[in-house]
Amino acid sequence: MKKNAFLTILGIALLIVLAVSCLDRKDPTGAADMPDKISYNFNIRPILSDKCFACHGPDVSKQKAGLRLDIADSAFAPLKESKGEFAIVAGHPEKSEIYRRVTSKDPSYQMPAPESHLSLLTEHEQELIKKWIKQGGRYERHWAFNKPQKTPMPVNEDKTWAKNEIDRFIMAKMEKRGFHPNPEADKERLLKRLSLDLTGLPPSLETMNSFLADTSANAYEKQVNALLGSTAYGEKMAVHWLDVARYADSYGYQDDNVRTQWPYRDWVIHAFNKNIPYDQFITLQLAGDLLPGANKEKILATAFLRNHKYTEEGGIIPEEYRVEYLIDKTKTYGKGILGLTVECAQCHDHKYDPVSQEDYYKLFAFFNNSEEKGFEGDVSTSFPAKTPMTTITADEVQKLYSFINHRDTSSLHVSIMKENKDTVRKTYVLERGQYASHGKVVRAAAPKAVMNFDTLKYPRNRLGLAEWTVNKNNPLTARVFVNQMWQEIFGNGLVKTSGDFGMQGELPTHPELLDWLAVDFMESGWNMKRLVKKILMSATYRQSSVISPQQKEQDPDNTYYSRFPRNRVTAEFARDIILSSSGMLNRTVGGPSVKPYQPPGLWEASTSGRGELATYRQDHKDKLYRRGMYTFIKLTLPPPSMMMFDASNRDQCEVKRMKTNTPLQALIMMNDPTIMEASRVLAENLAAEKMDDKNALENAFRRIVLRKPKEKELATITGYYIDQLAQFRSGKLDVKTTLDQGEYIHNKKADPVAAAAMMKTILLIYNLEEVLTKT
Amino acid sequence: MNKHLLETGLNVNRRHFLSKLSLGVGSVALGSLLLPDLFKGSQEEQMDKIISGLPHFAPKAKRVIYLFQNGAPSQLDLFDYKPMLNKRHGEDLPESIRKGQRLTGMTAGQAHFPLAGSKFKFTQYGESRAWVSELLPHMASIVDDLCIIRTLSTDAINHDPALTFFQTGAQVGNRPSMGAWLSYGLGTENKNLPSFCVLLSKGKGNGQGVYSKLWTNGFLDSVHQGVQFSSGENPVLYLKNDESIDMADRRKMLDKLAELNNESMAEFHDPEIAAKVQQYELAYRMQTAVPEVTDLTKEPESIIKMYGPDALVPGTYAANCLLARKLSENGVRFVQLYHQGWDSHDNLPSQIVGQCQDVDRSSAALVTDLKQRGLLDETLVIWGGEFGRTNYCQGKLTADNYGRDHHPRCFTVWMAGGGVKPGIVYGETDEFGYNVAKDPVHVHDFHATILDLLGLDHEKLTFKHQGRRYRLTDVAGKKVSGLIA
Repeated sequence: MKKNAFLTILGIALLIVLAVSCLDRKDPTGAADMPDKISYNFNIRPILSDKCFACHGPDVSKQKAGLRLDIADSAFAPLKESKGEFAIVAGHPEKSEIYRRVTSKDPSYQMPAPESHLSLLTEHEQELIKKWIKQGGRYERHWAFNKPQKTPMPVNEDKTWAKNEIDRFIMAKMEKRGFHPNPEADKERLLKRLSLDLTGLPPSLETMNSFLADTSANAYEKQVNALLGSTAYGEKMAVHWLDVARYADSYGYQDDNVRTQWPYRDWVIHAFNKNIPYDQFITLQLAGDLLPGANKEKILATAFLRNHKYTEEGGIIPEEYRVEYLIDKTKTYGKGILGLTVECAQCHDHKYDPVSQEDYYKLFAFFNNSEEKGFEGDVSTSFPAKTPMTTITADEVQKLYSFINHRDTSSLHVSIMKENKDTVRKTYVLERGQYASHGKVVRAAAPKAVMNFDTLKYPRNRLGLAEWTVNKNNPLTARVFVNQMWQEIFGNGLVKTSGDFGMQGELPTHPELLDWLAVDFMESGWNMKRLVKKILMSATYRQSSVISPQQKEQDPDNTYYSRFPRNRVTAEFARDIILSSSGMLNRTVGGPSVKPYQPPGLWEASTSGRGELATYRQDHKDKLYRRGMYTFIKLTLPPPSMMMFDASNRDQCEVKRMKTNTPLQALIMMNDPTIMEASRVLAENLAAEKMDDKNALENAFRRIVLRKPKEKELATITGYYIDQLAQFRSGKLDVKTTLDQGEYIHNKKADPVAAAAMMKTILLIYNLEEVLTKT
Repeated sequence: MNKHLLETGLNVNRRHFLSKLSLGVGSVALGSLLLPDLFKGSQEEQMDKIISGLPHFAPKAKRVIYLFQNGAPSQLDLFDYKPMLNKRHGEDLPESIRKGQRLTGMTAGQAHFPLAGSKFKFTQYGESRAWVSELLPHMASIVDDLCIIRTLSTDAINHDPALTFFQTGAQVGNRPSMGAWLSYGLGTENKNLPSFCVLLSKGKGNGQGVYSKLWTNGFLDSVHQGVQFSSGENPVLYLKNDESIDMADRRKMLDKLAELNNESMAEFHDPEIAAKVQQYELAYRMQTAVPEVTDLTKEPESIIKMYGPDALVPGTYAANCLLARKLSENGVRFVQLYHQGWDSHDNLPSQIVGQCQDVDRSSAALVTDLKQRGLLDETLVIWGGEFGRTNYCQGKLTADNYGRDHHPRCFTVWMAGGGVKPGIVYGETDEFGYNVAKDPVHVHDFHATILDLLGLDHEKLTFKHQGRRYRLTDVAGKKVSGLIA
């Protein structure tokens, strides 16, 4: 009993320690120490936004006691419900109602009120509030709504490490916190990392060997340039953008028939490869059809706004869905391009960000004048594109738009944007977000809290919105994209909530760096390849990913970038690594999506039975070996092996994927027909070479793990191989069933027994954690 | 500090686990291993859970089995007895009842809305004297175990949004499914099985598809995603080894794999590597555990008899009901069934007969089976669709044939076990079965009630994502105390 009590106390103590250290970890700015000068943006607003704004913020309908704490005027004004009292009295926390309430122990008086279900402020937070009020309680504009500016380059004590500007910022913060950067990663791991980040494909053995042999000073940069110039670069970049653009190959909703938006996907690949400046990239997708000299390529880019789901369910109410599609467009624009979660304002004024319901519908209005219909008939009359659509003939593909991979003579149909010619459809504020509850009439305008929408300068249409978006004074656009690119490479953005730069979003870990990168990006003419190269050339990027005890203890999340973060590759690239290293990969770029192996019965079990996609018709031959990004995405049942590796289900705009580690992933890696087939194909090819076993195993290891095995590793693998060989020779394991994997042609020159043992060993190698990890 | 603690914990458990392994893991009974919760989310999420102290109060139910009747069964032909409709069969629905409320595009254009009385005979059963139609003799025999709610209502009028609303609390948006919320809130009871399993079956009637978004984890960690199970050969995707590989061979590979991964761990010290090794071990255990649970052939004859002969036909509703019991019994937190085919816009009288034959016997058997095992008290069983069907006829009304359109304003769902009041009929609809007359239960209220039964306060079970705290009940919902025992 006594022991139990002791354990309980110990448990409570541990929980407290845990709670406190958790807070530490969530605090990327290191503000757990009390700063000398309290910053409203970095120290105070996060607290107020999380604990106060729900009832004392921008949402007029939810304001309690008529008090707003998100703006200084209201916070310093006499309280409406308590005569002679003030929420904040500059310099006097003890006279400030806000401080008295957040420190109170009286449930009827304390804030946040118990019924809000928000936890009370920690002591540290209370101290911050106190000190801030003492220092005058100065409010600041939300950091992300201030135009980014280049601050002076930090001066580092260590003058030798930095390779470019990024490193100066990273090092400054490391030095402040007593961290030291890891040494540079070895060349093999560096090239794997680089190759995956730029192309999503592993380097070939030949490329690896030539890189290892290249001792010139710019050997690394040569690789960066070569990879940036490869077609696979556009494919790699497109995968992220297709998440933003919620690209898919079917309409979604119940009957979920096939659609042909894939020429848009081919355009995205093309755009990245051509390195179209980001401002144009965005303008084309938002308003390509409204540009002077809009040709079909420009119009095709606007499919970005039409990739959302589209119902073919009989009996729907067209206006309800037309509005639904507009909400989706608005959300995609807000989250993917502007980094703001505007959809909260669909039903009410935003509780945290200064986007009112009226602002929301003004933004919504930009998309409301399209010829689009809410419903064009049920699945029995389905067509692969919806009004308005563009038709691209085979001839046009050949002569003008060769980036579209279309081989036959049929015309292509893609849903795109087109404005109503003679009238402008009225936009109403929709009460509670209901499609039929028309409120006040509004006209198109972008959210003023971000940047004024000057109607003398910008037309009130999508082109005006695009111009406003990519104006260099817009505080968000460049930051948001730069952050997405950082996230693609390091796993997390400098702002971790990459889809929310608003007040509830996380603060940047390195605000000066983010701003520097954003401004530099704009100054370079929104040059995407240059931005990516800048990051990859940094010393920060090139560090090894070994985790030291100090880093593990003090910076488990790698907030200070004193190492390269180990991250699993995304779903599509996991598939690419397997296909590429086994030699099966079909390098065709673009074209209609394909249907590789999939466990039987999945589409059939979930379908209504209507439409072309009621049954899964698997492809054959070289279509089985296309890159992951070309796998057909049926919205109601996306490819399961992709979903298990956290791919987006493409239901809505997504800017950040999760990274989980589950037993289902282990099952896929052990049993997926593709992995079995890849092991078999590589094994047969190696066995046919008639190298000695050790060489063959080393060769396989290098193709898959992309480095030479350590002696101990090679010994383990060889031991396994020899054991398997014995098992096959003795007949304990069956050669024939083992090698009976997939449709890929067998290499007749291979000795089947050696190939079978080799195959099992390769399967083992494929399952190493390092294979799918950027190390 | 916290990381260190967790790792120590993991290592201890791992050693413990490995020592068990040498005894032969294949023979270890389900759920008997004391293993760390490997179907867990990120460490951070774990920590959050420790701090927020879930569940919020003592739960009545521990597990849920949701028998979703996809396509919307007609409450007017099954549970909500309306003799008035028979009396006024063929007359137009009075405007005083319809009150201009919206209709779907399928009947909005009809010039008339002729009332259609049910073709089927209703009788009162049990001590509760609940009305049940002749289509459901087995359910009728257990009415005293059921809590029949006649006044569910929803906001959506079409299948996709209505289904999505029932499953996720919102008509659109990639929100987590109810099962994912429970997995997140309560974790798993069996380390060898996912906490949220999904079973699909098709009926004979007009079908409406289901889609994996219905069992999505949304923004929650993907370990909370529903895992599709089946009673066939390959119960979980990718579970089955290639026929050339047996479990001993697999074991050998995993031992070598662990050896190699540990090499990598020694170089990088990345806890993800250790976690990966553990996930492979769990996958291996699932390969034994899952087929054990999903094998229905070892069930005694008496049980098969109870569920009906279909129980041995993989992929049928009856087989799924039996499988649901087995999964639930083995600690799966949320088992979600979908049975398609209830969308009877026309020929309802013939379609509904087939549908009821599919589900009546086995749904009732499931309740009885759980009760016999003493599990009904802690298992909440739910039966119902995404909305109801109209009291007026869609298309041509004849003496013995009619169709019914979608009706969101009132429909019937029943619950059993798990702390709900047994043997009651809750709520009343008007004489026409068109509007709620007394005690409405909105979908949000329904969700709040379910969470409450599981010991969760629907306003407190939240997850912060991209700047907003989300919950299953969105911004509404109130638990319905009248349903709780």
